[in-house]
Amino acid sequence: MAPFLLIALLLVYLFTLNSFKAKKMGHPAEVEVLSKALSGIGVDEKSLVSILTKSHHEHKRSIRRGCSQFFFEDERQFERWNDDAIKTLKGEFKRFKDAVVLSLMHPWERDARLLKKALKKGPQQYGVIVEIACTRSSEQLLGARKAYHSLFERSIEEDLAAHIKGSERKLLVALVSAYRYEGPKVKEDTAKSEAKALLNAIKNADKRRLIEDEEVIRILTTRSKPHLKEVYEQYKKISGKSITEDFEAELFLKETIECLCTPHTYFTKVFDTALRVDANEDAKKALTRLITTQEAGNFKGVSAKFAHKIEERVKGAYKDVLLGVLARGEMNGQV
Amino acid sequence: MATIDVPHQASFLEDAEALRKACQGWGTDEKAIISVLGHRNAAQRKQIRLAYEELYQEDLIKRLESELSGDFEKAVYRWVLDPADRDAVLANVAIKKISPDHHVIIEISCTRSPEELLAVRRAYQARYKHSLEEDVAAHTKGDIRKLLVALVSAFRYDGEEINTRLANSEANILHDAIKDKAFNHEEVIRILSTRSKMQLMATFNRYRDDQGTSITKKLLGESGDEFLVALRTAVRCLNDPKKYFEKVLRNSIKRIGTDEDALTRVIVTRAEKDLKEIKDLYHKRNSMPLEQVVAKDTSGDYKAFLLTLLGKED
Repeated sequence: MAPFLLIALLLVYLFTLNSFKAKKMGHPAEVEVLSKALSGIGVDEKSLVSILTKSHHEHKRSIRRGCSQFFFEDERQFERWNDDAIKTLKGEFKRFKDAVVLSLMHPWERDARLLKKALKKGPQQYGVIVEIACTRSSEQLLGARKAYHSLFERSIEEDLAAHIKGSERKLLVALVSAYRYEGPKVKEDTAKSEAKALLNAIKNADKRRLIEDEEVIRILTTRSKPHLKEVYEQYKKISGKSITEDFEAELFLKETIECLCTPHTYFTKVFDTALRVDANEDAKKALTRLITTQEAGNFKGVSAKFAHKIEERVKGAYKDVLLGVLARGEMNGQV
Repeated sequence: MATIDVPHQASFLEDAEALRKACQGWGTDEKAIISVLGHRNAAQRKQIRLAYEELYQEDLIKRLESELSGDFEKAVYRWVLDPADRDAVLANVAIKKISPDHHVIIEISCTRSPEELLAVRRAYQARYKHSLEEDVAAHTKGDIRKLLVALVSAFRYDGEEINTRLANSEANILHDAIKDKAFNHEEVIRILSTRSKMQLMATFNRYRDDQGTSITKKLLGESGDEFLVALRTAVRCLNDPKKYFEKVLRNSIKRIGTDEDALTRVIVTRAEKDLKEIKDLYHKRNSMPLEQVVAKDTSGDYKAFLLTLLGKED
């Protein structure tokens, strides 16, 4: 009789141990779904809803125990949320809200606020100033300047000039102050001589920094975009290289030229950087900025190129917005 | 205040007809032209041009250009244009000279309101297929270029707010920059070309309080120093435009030959703005009314036109 009892007890013990183990490993399926829903760009709201509505107390505990990137064992024996993880999640949940707010905002107010923010954040964000000043139309840029007056009771050039101390000040102030001619008329002779002037500046770059060269600044900050595209072509003809290659060392100049002459290259670069696995917050924010401020037509070809990455990395409502904007771009190439 | 005398009601069709009549046949009836155009404001002149175009399928301006000549023609041509268009023409003429007239560019960019300057930039593009800053940059060099391009590109905040701490610190920056003859041009250009007009006046006042003399006196130097002269012009235009215009008028008449370009420019561009106050300043300063001096130094239809714009009754 006794051995029988012992065996029965042993069996019960083993069974309980096993089911305990099973509970400890959680429900692997949900853990994976949760991890996927909360990693990448944006959040997969639908999956999250289904997990949360179906889960009960025990269930959630096993999820906590299964998700080590979000939870850790506190010294007082409870599974605790990782603070950094909460912060990251906050950013990802916020992404859709930012897209909504920016999207509905009047373009002038949008650009004025983006410019102010970039100025406040400092040199790593000055690229945004270049992007806005160079990819807007002349009237849009003027509008942004007007909105800046309303919002901040200063002129944009006043704030930029007073806060930027480095050598990029001249370039940035001149870029936001430009009111470029937008007609198609281009003088080939002038474009040729200005391409030569740029080449000259490159040759002397060791004696005088490109960003401080008078002629470089004059040409890039006052000439019309069609004219600059012609200068870009002429430069290729006489030097065999593209201006962007030769200006590689001066980041702001390179981005200026890209945005003015080959904007599609610039946009593709932003998408590429944002969709990388190691993309930082600034890179991801750039994505929201582009899809809410640029004409959809500027993104032709992007959805095809990045379809796979978007599928993998972008989630939920934010993904729907992204794909929607790109689709509109493919459709008719206009807003 | 404006000096021209305009009727409350005007029939643009009648005006167009009167002008047509004045241009028809042998010779031109300049008096009729003066008596109509010299008594119409910008909005009315625009309507007259439209009416004339509709009635006679011809551009009134082109007709006047062909009928009139000399200083009179130049003055009437500038007068008939829209103010923004006029400034664009004046700027272009100034830029294209062998030795560009920096002071005209400074005058336009510093005495017009921010919105007016924007309108000038638009008009310039429409007319010349280049941007104003593009042409200014291409025809100037060095520090002058930096100053002028910055001035024409400015879109100053037009509010009344003044930051006294800022006025103080920037008055000091200006003082330091001027004191070392090796100017920190960058900072001077930054302040003059970006700050709002109200803020600048507070800064100039602060400068005067601190230094005991006005900044314009301190900027007096070699007339050969182009940049210094330009700087001084900019400060004078920003600080007290009426006083500046009075001086331009005084200088234009003082010369052995009258500087008709300057005389025309000031009278035509200010007649609908503040020519009355400028006249009063002139009278005070020179103990003689401006009309008297203009009457003595000019002649013919040109004289008659200027006097009409100055407010003389027919």
